[in-house]
Amino acid sequence: MIDLNTTWFILIGVLFTGYAILDGFDFGVGILHLFAKNNNERRINMNAIGPVWDANEVWLLTGGGALFAAFPIVYATVFSGFYLALMLILAALIFRAVSLEFRSKIDSPGWQRFWDWSFGLGSLLPAVLFGVAAGNILRGIPLDENGVFVGSFLGLLNPYSILIGVLSLVMFALHGALYMTLKTDGELRDKMTKWASGSWIGIIIVYLLATIYTFFEAGFLFDGILSAPLFWILFILLLAVIIFIPIGLKSGRYFRSFLASSVTIICMIGLAAVSLFPRLVPSNIDLRYSLNIYNASSTPRTLTVMLIMALIGMPIVIGCTIYIYRVFKGKTVITDESY
Amino acid sequence: MDFDPVLLSRIQFAMTIGFHFIFPPISIGLAWLLVFIEWQGWRKDDSTYKSMGKFFGKLLAITFAVGVATGIVMEFQFGTNWAEYSKFVGDIFGAPLAAEGIFAFFLESAFLGLYLFGRNKVSKGVHWFSIFMVAVGSTLSAFWILVANSWQQTPAGFIIQNGRAELINFWEAVFNPSMIIRFFHTVDATLIAGAFVMAGISAYLYLNNKGVEIAKKALKLSIIVGLAASLLELYPLGHEHTVQVGKTQPEKLAAMEGLIDGQERAPLLMFGVPQQSPEPDLKAKIALPGLLSLGIHGDMNAYVPGLNDFQRDEIPPFILTFISFHTMVGLGMFFIGIMLLGAFLLYRKQLWDQRWFLKILMLSIPLPLIAIQLGWISAEVGRQPWVVYRVLKTADAVSLTVSAGEILFSIILFGIIYIFIGALYLYIMGREIQRGPELTSIAEVKS
Repeated sequence: MIDLNTTWFILIGVLFTGYAILDGFDFGVGILHLFAKNNNERRINMNAIGPVWDANEVWLLTGGGALFAAFPIVYATVFSGFYLALMLILAALIFRAVSLEFRSKIDSPGWQRFWDWSFGLGSLLPAVLFGVAAGNILRGIPLDENGVFVGSFLGLLNPYSILIGVLSLVMFALHGALYMTLKTDGELRDKMTKWASGSWIGIIIVYLLATIYTFFEAGFLFDGILSAPLFWILFILLLAVIIFIPIGLKSGRYFRSFLASSVTIICMIGLAAVSLFPRLVPSNIDLRYSLNIYNASSTPRTLTVMLIMALIGMPIVIGCTIYIYRVFKGKTVITDESY
Repeated sequence: MDFDPVLLSRIQFAMTIGFHFIFPPISIGLAWLLVFIEWQGWRKDDSTYKSMGKFFGKLLAITFAVGVATGIVMEFQFGTNWAEYSKFVGDIFGAPLAAEGIFAFFLESAFLGLYLFGRNKVSKGVHWFSIFMVAVGSTLSAFWILVANSWQQTPAGFIIQNGRAELINFWEAVFNPSMIIRFFHTVDATLIAGAFVMAGISAYLYLNNKGVEIAKKALKLSIIVGLAASLLELYPLGHEHTVQVGKTQPEKLAAMEGLIDGQERAPLLMFGVPQQSPEPDLKAKIALPGLLSLGIHGDMNAYVPGLNDFQRDEIPPFILTFISFHTMVGLGMFFIGIMLLGAFLLYRKQLWDQRWFLKILMLSIPLPLIAIQLGWISAEVGRQPWVVYRVLKTADAVSLTVSAGEILFSIILFGIIYIFIGALYLYIMGREIQRGPELTSIAEVKS
C-alpha cells in the first residue's frame, strides 16, 4: 500500500518531470537558437514555443509550490542552500521570458541580437544549472545532524554535478531539436534532424559516463534497487526509447521520436527517483542525516488537502494542455500575430 | 562591512514584490476590460472594438510577460531567503501557492497563449472565452496570493505543535478573518489601475488623432469602469477593510490612523505630521472627534486602542505606515474626483473639447499603481515586527545559512535587472502606444 508521503514523493516527481519535458524543449529551442543562421530561423524558433512556453513554465511554479506544501523542510533547506545558483537561474528565466516578448517589438539588428543572446543564454544557463542541482541532490549535500546545510556555492560545482549539468544540457538540446522537427519543414527540418542526431550521440556518451561515475560517487543509490522490478522496467524502457530515437528520425516519424525523448526524460528522472527513494535529499556527511519523505514532510492533513487539490487540478491542467497543443500543432508559420 | 541579513532580506523582498506588483494589476484590470471589448467585437461584429481588442491585447501581452518574468522570483524567495519561515509555516502556507499554480496561473498562461496566437486558429467564441479565462485565471491568482498573505495578517485554522504551525482546518485557514475583504479590495484596485491605464492611453490616442473612434469608445468604457471601481473602493471595500484591520490588528490601525493614545470617542484624523523619535508622536493634528470610534465599532463612544496601549517592541514602524496609508487614501479620493468629473463631462458631451482634462488623464496613468504600492506598504509594514501576526517575528524567519554578502549580491543583481527591464518596458509600451491601433476594418471587409 502506498502511503500519503510516498504519494507525494511520486507527485512531486511527476510535476518536476512534467516541467522537464515541457519547458525542457523550450530550453532546447533556446540553446539551438544560439546557432541559428538568419532572422527567419530565429523567428521560427521563438514562435514555435511562443504560445506555450508560459504555460510550460507554470509546471515549475506548481512544482515549487507543491514542494513547499508537501516537504517544506526540503524546500527551505535546498533553496536556501543553493542560494546563488537559484538566483542565477531566476535571473536567466527573467531574461528568457522578456526576450520572447521584447525582441520583435523593435526592428533593429542590434536590439534583436541582444535578445537573441538573452533568449539563448537564458535557456542554456537554467538547462545546465537544473542539472547541476540534480547532480548535487543525487550525490548528497552536506547536511549536519540537524539537517542544516553546511556547504558552499563552490562546493556545489563539483565534477560529478557538472557532468549531470552537461547531461541535462545535451538532453534538452536533443529534446528541443526533436520538437523543432515537428515545427519546421524542408531544409530547416533536415538541420534540426542533424542537431538531434548529434545530441543523441552526446546523450549516449554522457549518460554512460554519468552512470559509471554515479557508481563511484554515490554508490548508496544502487543499494537494494537492483532487485526492484520498477528499476528494471524503467531501465529497459529507457534503452528502448533511446534506441528508437535515431530510427524514428531516419524513417521520418518525428512525432514518435519526440515522444521517445519525452519518455527518455521520464525514465532518467524516474531512475534517479527510484534510487533516491525514500530519501529526498541525502546527506553526504552521514546518510542518517538525510532528509526523507517522513522527516521533511507536512502533516497528513495538509498532504490530504493537497492530494484532493491535485486530483481536481491535474485533470484540468492536462486537459487544457492537450487542447492547447492540438490548436497549435503543425508547422510554425510567421503571421502578423507572431513575435 | 557588517550588514544585517534580516534587513537585507526584507529589502530584497520589498524590492522584488514591489516591482513585480506593478504589472499584475495592469494585467488583471486590462484583462477584464478586454473581456467586454472582445465581447462587443465578437457579438456585434464591431470593427472598432476589434481593433481596440488587438491594440490593448498587445499591451496586455507585454505587461503580462514582465509580470510572469518577475513573478517566478516570488515562488522561490520564501525558500531562499526565508527558510526558517518556510519550515515554520510550510504546512499551511505552501498549499495556497501550489493552488495558485494549478488552479490559476496555469489557466491564465495557457489561455493567454491561445488569446494572443490563436485569433485565426480557433472560433470567435473560443477566442473570446480565452480572454475570459485569462481574466478569471489572473483573478484566481490574486485570490490564492491573498489567501497566503491574509493568513500572515490574521492567521487561523492552525495550532503550534512540534515547533511549527500545523494545519487543523483548511477552510478556516483559507477564509481567515481578513481574506475576503482584502481580496475584493485588491481586485477592485486592479480594475481602477486598468481603467486609468486605458483612459490615459485613450486620451493620448484622441489628442494625437490616432484611431479617434477607438479612443472615444475606450475612454467612455474606462471612465464608467473607473468611476464605479473608485467609488466601490471607498465604500464599502476600503471602509470594511479598515474596520477589519481595527478589529483584528488594532496596532496596525493605530499606526495607520495616527492614534497615539487609546481613547473613547477616538477622532478621525484629517491632517497630521507623524514623528518617531523614538516615541511615536503626531504634530499639527486636525481631527474629527468620535468618528474613528464610529467608523470601526459603529459607536462614537467605543474605545479604540492607540499605539501606547501596546508593548513598545510589538508596534509597527509608525511614520511609514501612517504616510503610506494616508497617501493611498488621498489618491483614492483623487480617483473618485477625476472620474466623477470625467463622467460629468461625458454626460454633458463636453469631454472631447476639454484637452486639459484629457492631459490630466494621461498624467494619471501611474497614480493607481502608486496607490496600490502604498496600500501594500501600509499592509506589510503595518504588520511588523511580525511576519505572521502574533505568531512568528520577521527577525526569526530569515534563512540562517545565507550570508549577508550573498543577499547583497542578489539585491544588486535583481536591482540592475529590474531597472533595465522596467526602463525597456516603458520604452516598448511607449512605442506601441505611439504607433496606435491598426485600423483593420478594410482588410476585414475584404475577407
